[in-house]
Amino acid sequence: MTDASLNSVPAAPRSRSLHTVDERTRKRNAAEKRFRVYGVTAILIGIVFLAVLAVSIVRSGMPAFSRMVVEIDFVLTQEQFDEAEAQLMKTSAYQAYFNAALQESLNAAGVSAPFDEAAVERILGKTGGILREFYRENPDRLGQPVSFELPASSRVDGYYKGRVTRDTIVDSRFLMKSDLDIVDAMHDAGILKRGFNWTFIQGTDSGVDNPGGAGIGASVIGSFFMMIVVLVLSLPIGVAASIYLEEFAPQNRFTDLIEVNISNLAAVPSIVFGILGLAVFIQFMHLPQSAPLVGGLVLTLMTLPTIIIATRASLKAVPPSIRDAALGVGASRMQAVFHHVLPLAMPGILTGTIIGLAQALGETAPLLLIGMVGYVAREYPDSLVAGFTEANSAMPAQIYTWAARADVGFYEKAWGGIIILLMFLLTMNIIAIILRRRYERRW
Amino acid sequence: MDDMRLTERTVDTNESKITARKVQVYYGDTHALRDVDVDILDKAVTAFIGPSGCGKSTFLRCINRMNDTISVARVEGEIKLDGEDIYDAKVDPVQLRAKVGMVFQKPNPFPKSIYDNVSYGPKIHGMTRSKAELDEIVEKSLRRAALWDEVKDRLNEPGTGLSGGQQQRLCIARAVATEPEVLLMDEPCSALDPIATAQVEELIDELRSNFSVVIVTHSMQQAARVSQRTAFFHLGYLVEYGETGQIFTNPKDPRTESYITGRIG
Repeated sequence: MTDASLNSVPAAPRSRSLHTVDERTRKRNAAEKRFRVYGVTAILIGIVFLAVLAVSIVRSGMPAFSRMVVEIDFVLTQEQFDEAEAQLMKTSAYQAYFNAALQESLNAAGVSAPFDEAAVERILGKTGGILREFYRENPDRLGQPVSFELPASSRVDGYYKGRVTRDTIVDSRFLMKSDLDIVDAMHDAGILKRGFNWTFIQGTDSGVDNPGGAGIGASVIGSFFMMIVVLVLSLPIGVAASIYLEEFAPQNRFTDLIEVNISNLAAVPSIVFGILGLAVFIQFMHLPQSAPLVGGLVLTLMTLPTIIIATRASLKAVPPSIRDAALGVGASRMQAVFHHVLPLAMPGILTGTIIGLAQALGETAPLLLIGMVGYVAREYPDSLVAGFTEANSAMPAQIYTWAARADVGFYEKAWGGIIILLMFLLTMNIIAIILRRRYERRW
Repeated sequence: MDDMRLTERTVDTNESKITARKVQVYYGDTHALRDVDVDILDKAVTAFIGPSGCGKSTFLRCINRMNDTISVARVEGEIKLDGEDIYDAKVDPVQLRAKVGMVFQKPNPFPKSIYDNVSYGPKIHGMTRSKAELDEIVEKSLRRAALWDEVKDRLNEPGTGLSGGQQQRLCIARAVATEPEVLLMDEPCSALDPIATAQVEELIDELRSNFSVVIVTHSMQQAARVSQRTAFFHLGYLVEYGETGQIFTNPKDPRTESYITGRIG
């Protein structure tokens, strides 16, 4: 055809103007707009839920990080010390010194509230014992002013956090209604203050009737030892299995079966792994109950599929041209994998590992069955080996244990524990994101 | 065909480097290559041409056993390199690939430095004892690939940062660094612009003095420009093999004639 013959054809009827929108286009645009609205709505709903969750966690959990402390400047002379040590009831002598100092502080502030030794003991615990211990360990501080920070009992703490009010309080050996007058007086005098609750971070779990002394420290250590077990076992096993399956294994029915089962394993409920751990590791292999070692082994089983799936995906993502290039210059298959493919897959593998670890860190159900939940972790492990083999708790198990306790003082501890756990998870996820950003390569 | 420069076709030797007899390749149930008989000359450029899917790349990958990496591929028949059967059970493909280098269709430098790209082969084959020797090999290989002057000041920069043509020449430098005897090139210019293509073609002609070069190409002009021998593949058969000038000016088989005049393929 030539241009001439084209021109001889009568002009086709003009199509509709671009300035008017036809029915079909209008419908398509409307559908797109609707879909955008759905999407934005879905995201907004998600954000609202997340915000409600975050606000409620912070509101309920923050009180766990603060506590009421009585701060008193105190001077003990050498004579007073000798005198107290000479007595039969040594701590009560110290107690008397302390009460005198307390009275002096109240007088100095111009507030007055009559109190007796029993009331001080209910509010602050056995102050005499604390003082005696301090001066026996630091005799050089005798005669010098020392500022003591003594935590108030959890009932007093609860009074300032709104858990305990004058209307609800029932006289008991823990706190009398009349004690609140003393507490108010101390607060007015500025010696009862709000301070950061280091016990919650550093401390170990306390008994069921002492929420004030409960800390998450021991279970953080328990979780740490568990994560070491998980990392040391699941990373090499998972990566080796993935490399073999992805790069070396022949394609046959058997490897297909393995592949399907790894995917299935990732979907197995965690409690099943827990009961497996109980049966195999504790009842059959007689490993110690509630030990981070057993917890770590169970969580390794759970984490393996996650790591294998992530590793295989990142090995698959390395372009085959890199393998060809290495083989083409005469590298063996193993050299091609370890010199070229694995380094390129590493960021993906690390990301998968960290996400697997984070999952394992928050897992509670399997720990329930191996005896970590309910175990009161009163002590830090005293050696590295003991850290693995001695009974301990772990963060999620500790939170579960606190949440189940009757004393309302533990309620805020459970929420506070959740904040700490979430901070660990957030840190791990941020590390994963940074690793991925930094080492991601494009071809 | 005036656009083809049918330049000097002198072949220095008449020795066969590679002899293939009755080569069959199967991909699963597909019979991809049938009864290929070919003698590839030493110190000459041999071009494989033919339409897509005709088996030319498949045959190329047989020569250094890259087909081994495809689990469904099966090779029958006999391919001899200097009289030794490369599919013999005693042959380790790793040793074979040190002798038979390969350049791929898409430039595929390692995401490492230019230096590491070139030195990788000599390193894993233990060709050097000192860093100085390695430096020497790297320089020599880059010079052979006509890339030295462009990259000598930035050997530590990543090879992936070079332009497409430079990347392909880097891949050629990497392939020649191991001192292979045969160099296989699978459409080495298909991703390059005409200027880079001209550079690579010039390079191929120079490499001929040291290596036996086998090149797969879709461009008949390229085959005519660079090769001394041409093989035409069609539907898995080696239709015609002969001197390049004869294939392009006086083909014996009607299928070859149809292809080079653009009627099939």
